[in-house]
Amino acid sequence: MIEHLPEVVNGDPAIVRWGREMHETFMLEIGDTQYLVTVRAGRIEKVEKGPFVMRAWSFAIRAKRECWEHFFRSPPSPGWHDLFALLRRGEMKFEGNQRVLMAYLLYIKLALQALRR
Amino acid sequence: MIEPIVGRYAHIDNHRIYYEEAGAGIPLLCLHTAGSDGRQWRAVLNDAEILKHYRVVAFDMPWHGKSSPPKGWQGQDYRLTTESYTTMIMTVAKALELERPVVMGCSIGGRIVLNLALKHARELRALIGLQSAAYVERYYDASWLDHAEVHGGRACGGLAYGLMSPLSPEEHKWETVWHYMQGGPGVFSGDLHFYQVEGDIRARIGAIDTKVCPLYMLTGEYDYSASPRDTELAAAKIPGAKVTIMKGLGHFPMSEHPEAFLGYLRPVLDEIRSR
Repeated sequence: MIEHLPEVVNGDPAIVRWGREMHETFMLEIGDTQYLVTVRAGRIEKVEKGPFVMRAWSFAIRAKRECWEHFFRSPPSPGWHDLFALLRRGEMKFEGNQRVLMAYLLYIKLALQALRR
Repeated sequence: MIEPIVGRYAHIDNHRIYYEEAGAGIPLLCLHTAGSDGRQWRAVLNDAEILKHYRVVAFDMPWHGKSSPPKGWQGQDYRLTTESYTTMIMTVAKALELERPVVMGCSIGGRIVLNLALKHARELRALIGLQSAAYVERYYDASWLDHAEVHGGRACGGLAYGLMSPLSPEEHKWETVWHYMQGGPGVFSGDLHFYQVEGDIRARIGAIDTKVCPLYMLTGEYDYSASPRDTELAAAKIPGAKVTIMKGLGHFPMSEHPEAFLGYLRPVLDEIRSR
């Protein structure tokens, strides 16, 4: 599913504009599987699937597979519909550079929820 | 089309306060959420049915919307407290000559109505708490909302966005986000000091007497900040509190999905009026 990020994000200028200044690689952890997502000027340049050896990333968003499955459902159920909803229920962890995550919070939320379509 | 809403400024306790009102009858004072302003109440202020029986008033708290921050604001951190918030509401009600008003607040407003129920029940006709919880623990670092290296408008907007229901209309969700993007630096986080740190009212709410002043608690099911469970936990300690869980709504019911919210609010206002 994460592999579809480039097509759902790059084709939607209403999402890309919120990440226009973003040039970062971040990690998404879906259970045991890790992905590195590289963003260039709001476009998803690439999605790489792990395992990784000695790779750098700016921030990581980690949750169990079942948690992400709830999140990606369309429509999602109450309490499973937002990254911070998952944070509050203790199902999700944010690690690494929190400043970058908070600076691009709206972009990241819009990009990830675009996978619900 | 010209709306029935009229906006004015009042000078109250050294603050220049902006407020809007419409309608005539029982005063209904509306309190906006943390980091936003009175525009959240635009649908209530425009509802012909409500305006027949209620004088609806929504003010922007000092530092918010079109209300000014106090003189010397540039040298201080803004922090809302139970005491300052309560005093502000009662002072505004008095200055605008709202006699025994109904007070309706959302989020921080939903919290403070619980304190109003404890401290000012006899001066109020009824209380309506939207997204009302007695306490919300700090589950994220709110200092990022006021940081030189993070755009405050974008971060506050990003936070508010997720608190809404995925089922609410896009137009109203983005209007709600826009209000958040317009907040001054440190204002949202200053309000959250009350919401997540200072304003824990769990130990006191058992003393609320709903026979003196009825209390209605309406919570959107998609809210994870003041969740339906948080509201039910609070209500369980308050005999007579009337709880409604609003299907398909999130943390900003009056602003994110006005039509659905009005469907829940009108019967409550009818009941208050018929008492």
